[in-house]
Amino acid sequence: MIRNLLFVLLLAFASSSFANEIVTDSPIDARLRELSTELRCLVCQNSTLADSDAPLAQDLRREIRKLMEAGKTDEEIVAYLVARYGDFVTFRPPVNASTALLWFGPFIMLIIGAITLVVVLKKRAAILTSEENAS
Amino acid sequence: MKLKLILPLLLFVVLVGFLGKGLFLDPREVPSPLIGKPAPTFEAPVLGDSSKTFSTEEMKGKVWLLNTWASWCVACREEHPLLVEMRKHDIPLYGLAYKDVETDALAVLESMGDPYITTANDADGTIGIDYGVYGVPETYVIDKKGIIRYKQIGVITPEALRDTILPLLKELAV
Repeated sequence: MIRNLLFVLLLAFASSSFANEIVTDSPIDARLRELSTELRCLVCQNSTLADSDAPLAQDLRREIRKLMEAGKTDEEIVAYLVARYGDFVTFRPPVNASTALLWFGPFIMLIIGAITLVVVLKKRAAILTSEENAS
Repeated sequence: MKLKLILPLLLFVVLVGFLGKGLFLDPREVPSPLIGKPAPTFEAPVLGDSSKTFSTEEMKGKVWLLNTWASWCVACREEHPLLVEMRKHDIPLYGLAYKDVETDALAVLESMGDPYITTANDADGTIGIDYGVYGVPETYVIDKKGIIRYKQIGVITPEALRDTILPLLKELAV
């Protein structure tokens, strides 16, 4: 009984991280929601800026809102954050020299795997045919 | 033939090597893109005397350290005695009170000693954002040209001070 009550209380106090910010249906809010799911909260590193309740995330959402109101594009806002916090702030890392291995590594592994597979299969086929010929 | 047998083992050892290295990396240490770049300029009220302002303009031609801290930050208190010690050795330490209540911040300086030449008050954290602060304490070493040369993320350890910060200050002072 007490446990149920506690659960209900928890639900009552649970709120989205946007709860203490004024959110309307304006296009800026929609953009803010959209963009902040693409950005990493640096305090709790595996959550997005949209999900995080950390004070820094609230501040950053406030800054992003300001920049949007000033007419900045999403690209400009992401560049603003990357200049301060590095590529780590974006969940989709940009393609550059230091991330090349990250982006292309899996494909290189796939090609190596495919080549190995073909070589092994060819060898096996050769062994099988030579065994057949011998018998 | 022999190589073929030990190749999986070699690959495994390489993989373990990478994973092992990963174990000893601190995921909280995000390298700052600001190193080697001009320190963001700001002008902010001085903590404890809002009639005065601190401006990065004043620091041109000087080597200085900017230490971001807050009274609500537990790690900052851990760092505080070392800062006081640094100040005794004439290390040019400036503070940035990050998202703090002025009276709380002043109370810490009152009780633990004030290691800063001046502390700028960044009540809403906007200066912190410009500096890419994501967790206090963070300390920046800024050279005479106003370029950020080093960023200490988290508490300044005696090792970091001895092996990195002090040699850097010596180098920059010339």
